[in-house]
Amino acid sequence: MTKVTITSIITAITMLEYDFMRNAFAAAGVAAVVSGLVGYFLVLRGQTFAGHALSHIGFAGATGAVLIGVASVWGLVGFTVAAGIGMGLLGERISGRDVAIGVVLALALGFGLLFLHYYTAFATQATALLFGNVLAVDRAMIGTLVGLGLVTLGGLAAIMRPLIFASLQPELAEAKGVPLRFVSTAFLTVVALAVSECAQIVGILLVFSLMVGPPATAQRLVTGLWSGMALSAALALAEAWLGIAIAYHTDWPVSFCIAMLSALGYFLSRGNFLPRREETI
Amino acid sequence: MNVIELDRATIGIGGRSVLVDASFAIKRGEFIGVLGPNGAGKTTLMRAILGLLPPSAGDIRVFGRAPQRGDRHIGYLPQVRTVLPDLRVRGFDFIASSVHGERWGVPSLSRADRIMIDKTLTAVGAGDLAARPLSEMSGGERQRLLLAQALLGEPQLLLLDEPLISLDYRYQEAVVDLVRRFTRERNITVLFSAHELNQLIGTLDRVLYLGNGHAALGTVAEVVTPSVLSQLYGTDINVVHADGHIFVLSRGRDVEHAAHLHDEGHDHEHHHGHHHA
Repeated sequence: MTKVTITSIITAITMLEYDFMRNAFAAAGVAAVVSGLVGYFLVLRGQTFAGHALSHIGFAGATGAVLIGVASVWGLVGFTVAAGIGMGLLGERISGRDVAIGVVLALALGFGLLFLHYYTAFATQATALLFGNVLAVDRAMIGTLVGLGLVTLGGLAAIMRPLIFASLQPELAEAKGVPLRFVSTAFLTVVALAVSECAQIVGILLVFSLMVGPPATAQRLVTGLWSGMALSAALALAEAWLGIAIAYHTDWPVSFCIAMLSALGYFLSRGNFLPRREETI
Repeated sequence: MNVIELDRATIGIGGRSVLVDASFAIKRGEFIGVLGPNGAGKTTLMRAILGLLPPSAGDIRVFGRAPQRGDRHIGYLPQVRTVLPDLRVRGFDFIASSVHGERWGVPSLSRADRIMIDKTLTAVGAGDLAARPLSEMSGGERQRLLLAQALLGEPQLLLLDEPLISLDYRYQEAVVDLVRRFTRERNITVLFSAHELNQLIGTLDRVLYLGNGHAALGTVAEVVTPSVLSQLYGTDINVVHADGHIFVLSRGRDVEHAAHLHDEGHDHEHHHGHHHA
């Protein structure tokens, strides 16, 4: 064995000697698997923008909760679930209204800022919410994440069959008796829970790195539904854990490392990871 | 036995009646070509038969009873097929999603389901599409896959809404032949909507012309006449027979051809050639 491998094994072991590192791995692992599985359907349905919208709306909820002395995760859950149900009930009518959504998103972020303004520990809270702070996760939070994750995956499992049918062939699904509006609303509720979970790890602004990057990569690589879901969850898990390990060694922010791995995986899978050369040279 | 019966039925969407006081009956095993101008109610009629749209007056009976949403005996190929262009799901999983797709829970297929899907794919010559992602299929291949899906589960009634759209002429013939062969062997009733009568002329048993709120069902000789069609189109219609083809003309213009061009926007070259063939 070379000296380098021995050193890296030793660092890997010492890394796990710290409580905060073990917590980080556990929390990121739970959130990554949930994000990878739910994200697979988000990408399949072409609804990634909805995931983005929900996370932004969640920001106002999270900061609002902090202001009134409630844990930010519950504000996030409350606002995103309410927004998810609202978007689901509006249904098709919302798809042609991206300007309206854009305005609502900006307003939500604005409210988030206002709530932070009245909160004293402004900067730390803002950074933690927007970009995640997985190294500060405690045992209680892991319990919350596991509970939330089970509810999320349970909900997804309950609607999975009609969800796949309605995502791939909405007209036929409707004819066969699938309640499209209900399935769509239930799914956005599941997405809202997954976004809340994911935001605890990588932050509100970077939920795409676990909810869109790994499933999009998986869909480039395999064409089966089950293999796609499994690969998506595995990639999310690998990117989250590897991201934490890289952050530990380099002292770069964890969320940056995860976002970087997510983008790298996606562009590698597309086979065009090198930027195209300009013709003008 | 009548598979579909309309008794003085009025069907409408959004306050507008597309079919008023229509009565006709379609027998088991018949191949019916459904024609008429755009907006005449071809899709609406199929949705009513599927039980998605109750008649505002009169009676619709399918297999002798009121239409039931999710009827297993009906195979359906919808017209608006929202297939995401970048959908990299394999053909098998795509059509398998419709098998018991209305049930809750996690999807699972029995061995019998898988065998049925494989057999149907083979029957329409789409066996090679099972492993390929949709994003890599041509329009004709996707159509064949969707046709296989409509045929899953041994339906007794097949509703095909414009299955020839976006197919080139060679494929159009192949699809019509395939449907004909498959359904005749199994005595399946077919409603096949199309833009042009000539696409179906050698295949159909009877033709159902819709237009202006009216429906006319009969043989080509009975229905495709200036007097019947003038009423349906609401304008003076001339019918010209030439070379085994029938052209429906309004003031010298081919109305079906014009409708098709209007709908599709492409295919001009191709239809041009077809008409002068």
